[in-house]
Amino acid sequence: MPTRQTLTALRRAIALAAVLFLAAAVPAKAELHLDISKGTVEPLPIAVTQFYGEPVGQQIANVVEADLERSGLFRPLDHRAFIQTPDQLANGLPRYGDWKVINAQALVSGTAAVQPDGRLKVEFRLFDVLAQQQLTGLAYFTQPDGWRRIAHIIADAIYKRVTGEDGYFDTRIVYIAESGPATTRQKRLAIMDQDGENNLYLTDGRVLVLTPRFSPTAQEITYLSYFNNKPRVYIFNVDTGRQEVLGDFPGMTFAPRFSPDGNKVIMSLAQNGNTDIYLLDLRTRRQTRLTDNPAIDTAPSFSPDGSKITFESDRGGSQQIYTMNADGTNVQRITFGAGKYGTPVWSPRGDLIAFTRINGGRFSIGVIRPDGSGERELSTGYLVEGPTWAPNGRVLMYFKEKPVGEGGRQRQVRLYSIDLTGRNERQMLTPTDASDPAWSPLIP
Amino acid sequence: MRMKYLSLCAALALVAACSSTPEKKVDVAAASTATTTPTAPVQKPTGPVPGSKEDFVVNVGDRVFFGYDKFDLTPEATATLDKQAAWLKKYGSVTITVEGHADERGTREYNLALGERRANAVKNYLTALGVDLARVQVISYGKERPAVLGSNEAAWAQNRRGVTVIN
Repeated sequence: MPTRQTLTALRRAIALAAVLFLAAAVPAKAELHLDISKGTVEPLPIAVTQFYGEPVGQQIANVVEADLERSGLFRPLDHRAFIQTPDQLANGLPRYGDWKVINAQALVSGTAAVQPDGRLKVEFRLFDVLAQQQLTGLAYFTQPDGWRRIAHIIADAIYKRVTGEDGYFDTRIVYIAESGPATTRQKRLAIMDQDGENNLYLTDGRVLVLTPRFSPTAQEITYLSYFNNKPRVYIFNVDTGRQEVLGDFPGMTFAPRFSPDGNKVIMSLAQNGNTDIYLLDLRTRRQTRLTDNPAIDTAPSFSPDGSKITFESDRGGSQQIYTMNADGTNVQRITFGAGKYGTPVWSPRGDLIAFTRINGGRFSIGVIRPDGSGERELSTGYLVEGPTWAPNGRVLMYFKEKPVGEGGRQRQVRLYSIDLTGRNERQMLTPTDASDPAWSPLIP
Repeated sequence: MRMKYLSLCAALALVAACSSTPEKKVDVAAASTATTTPTAPVQKPTGPVPGSKEDFVVNVGDRVFFGYDKFDLTPEATATLDKQAAWLKKYGSVTITVEGHADERGTREYNLALGERRANAVKNYLTALGVDLARVQVISYGKERPAVLGSNEAAWAQNRRGVTVIN
């Protein structure tokens, strides 16, 4: 059994000591707050100043600023308009008038200093300019190469303080990096930070790999590999690079996802033209069949409390989305719109299921409540597929493929993210074409 | 596109069949015996070796096509598979892998399952005609290995296929 206790490569460099200092005093009357549960949000004007001290302070501030900007909820202000300098902020209180005059509503300042033991100490403070008070302030210690992660953690802290919800910046994306002509496409397992940095290829492209998903600790990835021309579900340990086939099944296994407790993997087995859903217990290696129907039953996804499973099936004549209890009982169809529905993914908040819809030659990404009500379309295109949720359930990522080149004979495939509101669609920067994204939980 | 492919196959089969007329009615596999046919000067003097992968692809036809989101065999498909079964019985030591493929107009995992259905439809037909089950493996590639690039029905129709590959 792979142990879940070992340190991941992600965590290795970082010994976190977060200290809340100068906690916000008495909440002021008009405290800064963005309600992101509403439809339209005017981005909050925010001044993110260079972190004073080490040169890396500038890079930390840049990463914090980019995270906040990409969320669509913040509008970072031009540094050239700043009046008060980083060293003045480091050595005194904000001159709120200097920030109010450039229309900043929030202000971020910070310091970065190397400690005698070689570690980097990073502090930040978030101020409410109009209420003239500090909202939060934290200090972190890290090995010097952990600065980028600290920046994401700071961005998460700011996001949480302002919106009241957990952030999603200290996360990673596992995906399939694509290259070469479509008829002989090379596909590699790849992993990167949520902002596209630290891109790393985990497989070399000699073997076709598809549909990766993170474990709840982000330490393991389950995926489909065509190793030895036998498509089977594998598990990949991010620490050790070890790959291991999962289960002993008599046919193709595919569409794997972890259970919320990380102890099980749910997947499909295709055998003699019939595809059903199976559960594999990673500790006992016991296999349990959950569906028994001549239709295609695949793309399973657990509800966050582990009590329910959503999946797709063509048992009603066409591909549609269903829910059932985790033991396979109480099957309910939840999609009834025109066209086909597939790839259901339960939100980490439990309130919605994201899906891919194919209707009239168009593909779209949408969300629906688990009871089948409230269906909404978020993005559409020639081929849009495979939504995955940010851990706070407010942002989705998916891939968009479109014909390019002469006669539309080649393909461009890229990752995109979008707000649950359907706004702020952003292309992810990846070194190559990319598909099948899966968002990690917040890194423990 | 699909018609072009089929007519190309037909032309090749015709050449092979013509050149083998002096032989007895052994379907189309004897192309290599016709080394000096004067009426076909563009032909290489040697054709595929009987019983070879090339022989199978050129003289029998290695693939069948399916409708959108379908896995039932069309009359054209069963005609091809009849020839495949005859060839496989003639060359009894050959083993095959049937690949099931889908077009790009479905989701990835559904298409993997659909490709598996198609590969099994081919396998079941061949084994029903007497091809030993032990000689037939199946694999689904879903939409991962299109035969033809394109964003139109003509291309998609050629990608919804079952391909019998000689191991």
